[in-house]
Amino acid sequence: MTGSIADIAISAMIVLGASFALIGSWGLVRLPSLMERLHGPTKATTLGLGGMLTGSILYFHLTGGAWSLHELLISLFLFITAPISANMIAKVHLHHLRVNPDDDGLDPTGPAGLPPAPSGTSAWATYEAPGRTSTAATSEI
Amino acid sequence: MIAYAVSYGFACLALALCLNLWRLIKGPTIGDRIVALDTMVINAIAVIVLIGIATASVISYEAALILAMVGFIGTVAYCKFLLRGDIVE
Repeated sequence: MTGSIADIAISAMIVLGASFALIGSWGLVRLPSLMERLHGPTKATTLGLGGMLTGSILYFHLTGGAWSLHELLISLFLFITAPISANMIAKVHLHHLRVNPDDDGLDPTGPAGLPPAPSGTSAWATYEAPGRTSTAATSEI
Repeated sequence: MIAYAVSYGFACLALALCLNLWRLIKGPTIGDRIVALDTMVINAIAVIVLIGIATASVISYEAALILAMVGFIGTVAYCKFLLRGDIVE
């Protein structure tokens, strides 16, 4: 094993990453509605995994002496895809609220409330469910 | 010291996966379940990375990369299905 500073750096990155992952999952349980719940996993957990991958890069560099780009590839891929999946899930939520506005096991209004309507005659750009009578397809009502 | 950090990481991730499972079972909406599954995939990738550090082997990174891709595609497929009623149109 290399010097103790390297040990401390690797351990710190692993502990930080695991803590962030745990905090993100705790937010998923703790927060009141789906729009708030999205924040925990998509931000904190992704950041935690980034920290853990940084620790892994350091570990394999300091023990094996070679830079490995696998971790960089994984973290790049995750950091690109996390906002996309969060956007898709938010669209599913808005779509669900629009299609059946009073089917509520859900609590659409957390502390943040519903998002404000975009403007005048337009609506959120979710899709129309096939077979429904909803007219809101993409933008114009 | 690294061994202790890895043990702490495994404990945190196990707890995180249990919390995700709770949200996956409880719901209440389908969106919550999708979020829970997405988070479970991310935590599983973290577990794979930690296993790679604990065993000092680089073999597991392909598994982590593939799981990252499959998890993202799975999330998008769920969302597309709920939005459109179809995945590939």
